[in-house]
Amino acid sequence: MTQNVLTITELSTYLKTMMDRDDLLSSMAVRGEISNYKVYPSGHHYFTLKDENSALKCVMFRGSAMSLRFRPANGMKVIAMGRITVYPRDGVYQLYCSALMVDGVGDLHAAFEQLKEKLSKQGLFDPAHKKPIPRYPGVIGIITSSAGAAIHDMLRILARRYPITQVKLLPVRVQGAEAPEEIAAAIRYSNAHRLADVLIVGRGGGSIEDLWAFNDERVAYAIYESRIPVISAVGHEPDVTISDYVADVRAATPSNAAELAVPDREALSQQLDGFCSAMISNLSGKIQSARRQLGAFSASAALQSPESYLKLRRRDLSYLQDRLSSAQLRLIQGQKQSFIAAAAKLDALSPLKVLTRGYAVVSGENGSLIRSAAQAEIGQTVSIRLNDGSFRAVVSQKEVAP
Amino acid sequence: MNQENETFEKSMRRLEEIVRTMERGDVPLEQSLALFEEGTALVRACGKLLDTAELRIKRLTQAPDGSPIEEDFSDGTAV
Repeated sequence: MTQNVLTITELSTYLKTMMDRDDLLSSMAVRGEISNYKVYPSGHHYFTLKDENSALKCVMFRGSAMSLRFRPANGMKVIAMGRITVYPRDGVYQLYCSALMVDGVGDLHAAFEQLKEKLSKQGLFDPAHKKPIPRYPGVIGIITSSAGAAIHDMLRILARRYPITQVKLLPVRVQGAEAPEEIAAAIRYSNAHRLADVLIVGRGGGSIEDLWAFNDERVAYAIYESRIPVISAVGHEPDVTISDYVADVRAATPSNAAELAVPDREALSQQLDGFCSAMISNLSGKIQSARRQLGAFSASAALQSPESYLKLRRRDLSYLQDRLSSAQLRLIQGQKQSFIAAAAKLDALSPLKVLTRGYAVVSGENGSLIRSAAQAEIGQTVSIRLNDGSFRAVVSQKEVAP
Repeated sequence: MNQENETFEKSMRRLEEIVRTMERGDVPLEQSLALFEEGTALVRACGKLLDTAELRIKRLTQAPDGSPIEEDFSDGTAV
């Protein structure tokens, strides 16, 4: 025998070298049906891919398996990607699988539907579980990337709409293998420390793969378990993720989430104006009806004891009017144009205002008003009332306009 | 917590209550005036808060013991 005799190890090493050098085998995709799927405590996944005639042993190491977006199961048709080489100990070749996709439907879609169905059955999307967003949130927790346009858009809108609030930014990675755990941890952390009155969880637009962290069940459970209401804000309008289903409110975009989280300054200003005009018109109505009442009283009560009764009522009314005038004055000092307009209505009601402009009321000793010069008599004592008080005077001369 | 926001929220709720009370109809003029004065003061205070408040932004990180650390986060576009 002239042939060289090899040891098993030498042969294995030779085969391995041959296969590792092969371009096709070092990076390939293969289609088949999963059987004998096993996950070991080490976190490595082992399975066999087969078709009608052949079988291929496959292993997926923990690192690669963690990025799986669906649960592989026996009978599932898949496309496995990786490299094929020899496993010298067992003398077998196998596929070292780096990625696995569902064949046909697209694996992301399948994973999404699987998880959606599972969580729906568990009640995570139950409308009864959803919490209302507080009307005036004092602190808004934002869980997103501190880079990117999304956070800037949100801050700009919050500052414009409701600057009274406060923002706590919890920066997390929003894509990649670590993203789901970071997002879920930030939600739990916010709850543990009661950091905010409402949470916005999300990121800006991207491919379906970029948004994938928000289709992770760890994120879904964290949102569901959050006692702080959660607004989910992932991608653009058409993107719907599992987070959107679980969240208390789904926003179409991060900007939209900022709008949903707080009231709008303009609307609040209008509401304040509304309170003001409601109070003014209510009070004007009451003063007018009080004046009508006084008119009716003076007609009847004046017949019995005109002096004392009218004086009393007049004093009451002017006291009220003084208070109203000073309230008005303070109102007018405010800046709102609409207040001023509404307050002007009140001005028109106050006779005291006329006196402040320098006019006077002249009455005779019996209290009757002297409305014309013709009524005055030389030598008569009259009472002259001004804004701040009154004095008495004697008529020494008179001229009646022709 | 956020003191300004708490004040604002309380004032808004009180204003709603004041307007409701005044509109009930059985409130005497004297009391209406008192409510009016209280109400206009609240409206002014709320308006001022809205006009002068500036969004405060904190960035949170974790101390080694897990407790939150807050630091100012400046964002040019927010102002």
